[in-house]
Amino acid sequence: MTSRTPATIDEADIPVWSHRPKVMPKKVKGPIRNLKWLVMAVLLGIYWGVPWLRFDRGPFAPDQAVLIDLPGRKAYFLWFEIWPQEIYILAGLLIVAAIGLFFATAMLGRVWCGYACPQTVWTDLFMLVERWIEGDRAQRMKLDRAPFSVSKLGKRAAKYLSWALIGAMTGGAWILYFNDAPTVVPALFTGSAGFAVYATVAFLTASTYLMAGVARENVCTFMCPYARFQSAMFDKDTLVVSYHPARGEKRGKHKAGESWDGRGHCIDCRQCVEVCPTGIDIRDGLQMSCISCGLCVDACNTIMDRLSLPHGLIAYDTERNLELAAAGKPRVWRFLRLRTIGYGLVFTLAFAGVLYALIARAPLEASVLADRNPLFVRLSNGDFRNGYTLKLLNKSNEPQQVAITLDGLAGGELSILSHENEASPLIDLAPDTVAAVRVFVRLPAAAWGGAPLDYGFTIHDAARGLTLTAPARFEGPQK
Amino acid sequence: MTEHRKYEIDPVTGSPIHPHSWDGIGELETPPPRWWVLVYLVCIVFALGWWVAYPAWPTISGYTKGLLGFSTRADVAEQIAAAKAAQAPLNDRLAKADYTAIAADPELSAFALAGGKALFGENCAQCHGSGAAGNVGYPNLLDDDWLWGGDFATLQATLEHGIRATTDADTRQSLMPAFGKDGMLTRAQVDDVAAYVLSLSGGAADAAAAERGTQVFADNCASCHGDKGVGLRDTGGPRLDDAIWLYHGDVKSVAAQIWNPRHGVMPAWAGRLDPLAIKKLVYYVHSLGGGE
Repeated sequence: MTSRTPATIDEADIPVWSHRPKVMPKKVKGPIRNLKWLVMAVLLGIYWGVPWLRFDRGPFAPDQAVLIDLPGRKAYFLWFEIWPQEIYILAGLLIVAAIGLFFATAMLGRVWCGYACPQTVWTDLFMLVERWIEGDRAQRMKLDRAPFSVSKLGKRAAKYLSWALIGAMTGGAWILYFNDAPTVVPALFTGSAGFAVYATVAFLTASTYLMAGVARENVCTFMCPYARFQSAMFDKDTLVVSYHPARGEKRGKHKAGESWDGRGHCIDCRQCVEVCPTGIDIRDGLQMSCISCGLCVDACNTIMDRLSLPHGLIAYDTERNLELAAAGKPRVWRFLRLRTIGYGLVFTLAFAGVLYALIARAPLEASVLADRNPLFVRLSNGDFRNGYTLKLLNKSNEPQQVAITLDGLAGGELSILSHENEASPLIDLAPDTVAAVRVFVRLPAAAWGGAPLDYGFTIHDAARGLTLTAPARFEGPQK
Repeated sequence: MTEHRKYEIDPVTGSPIHPHSWDGIGELETPPPRWWVLVYLVCIVFALGWWVAYPAWPTISGYTKGLLGFSTRADVAEQIAAAKAAQAPLNDRLAKADYTAIAADPELSAFALAGGKALFGENCAQCHGSGAAGNVGYPNLLDDDWLWGGDFATLQATLEHGIRATTDADTRQSLMPAFGKDGMLTRAQVDDVAAYVLSLSGGAADAAAAERGTQVFADNCASCHGDKGVGLRDTGGPRLDDAIWLYHGDVKSVAAQIWNPRHGVMPAWAGRLDPLAIKKLVYYVHSLGGGE
């Protein structure tokens, strides 16, 4: 990127703001481009398609396969259902994703950026539309320079409107993950959807337009934090987009029929620069702005074909291989390294942990909140009594009934507020809710030894054969 | 025509180098990106608009109100009104329901408890404690001991009319004479009866003194506190044979209370709180574990 600049500048000529050249990538054809189209189609397909999948959860829960129900404080994903207190599962998923990213980066460099990052996918889509409307690089540059005209206005308007439409579809699809898709889409158009829905659509439409239409490579170069620390995961065996200087230099123009002796294979055609979506010159070596999309590989290979030279002047290769090639030695591939094995192991463990947490999730849970003000109450006959609020979580989609008994408190007597007159009361638990049950435990003065007693509440769900014990503590005066 | 300085260009960044330097360290004069400068300018314009639209500038006697008439006080008032309106249907149902009906309706019960708890914190916690565990001289509302009774109707009457409240003719009155101070009993008799009273609940007391105090109690105390100190709710005479004491349960404190008793006062709440609030409070207090 270092262009020739004069050695000095007059104080008055220092600009108020910096001028960055517009990057106008050229169309490119090749296997990597095809792979990128495929990845883009799959990812966008997932994004726009998944909210429409139905999943029967019975009468008490929504039937959308993937749904984050914010008012209901629940998240549904196929068979899995996540409650707010299980948000650690989401944290676990984020950890899994982060380690997965590290693993992929150690193996294949900034491959996430080049293929799967939403910024890349949507920018690619926006550029595709741009190319359809305004033509390829040369035509776009010409249009950019052209004076104002009806035709220019028409093209620009068509482009901006198309972008806005894609932006709206992007924002529109996002809310489907938080609302029942078949209900909210008609509501969206009839104006009966909520303020949050419209605000979200508006915000995401604007941000999609700004990010994929206006900011583009600036996001990858200046905003993305991942770009800043990805190099920490790189080593000499990481696969990165590499220009082989040993083969390419000394670069220069080449006439048909000329001998290749004494010069490099790079003919300085600048195709690799022109197709680059971040506007860099890969021949300057690996740099932060390179998103590893490999379009320069396709572009260079096309030229190599034309020159009847072998592919791979620019290729996915490792730093080690660049050195070996320079020394005239054969390539080595070392995918199993301490770093990749480590990341792989941690990834597997984290993933297994999250999966276990999801699968082993109990449909019934209880937590005990002991009264603290006061810790205990003295009754007329000298007995001590502790009050508790039991939070009973029915995490299933069906109503349940549970019985509560004391476990391990000799002489203790349980009474449940609002069920005082029942011999063996059953507590009703509505589906997918937390029931708060107020209970009192009474202990004869004779049974109190002067130190807190640890025991438990046994919650028994006869219908499902579930029993669980929630730990509790009985407090009294110190003797 | 001013003299312009020449700035050198840094070959690495392409930015001009400011001619000044400190200890040999120079400074780059990198222009900010255009969008940054534009956003900055937009912010300035936005701030000017904000000054005009919203309250902004203090004046000698107030502040500029702004064109939009925005006021956080009005906002809060609006929100309170909205919350009250949202509670109105539940309040209506609560007003019509009796206590057993409230207990049978989980939604109404939860509403009454939440309201009662808030009201308790505002009006009752000062004496009875935020957890309703009471204090010396202020009854514990969590236990099973009641001076006047712990069922809904009695609780409601106590709350409405108060205890020894000067403003309410129907208030609960129970006054214990100052047996020692007014010379009705001698010091020895007071000590004896105090020992007897303690022995009723199994407290540590001088057996001989307690024996002597038996007759003193029967003559002077049983009329209000009942035979053997079982308490009399009609007169509000506290139970003396249990483990619960309003003013400490040691012999000195009991004797002091006989010599010159202290009396707590609870205001009559009927005029201070509306009937619905009292209903919520009664329901809440009854739920604390001592309700009968």
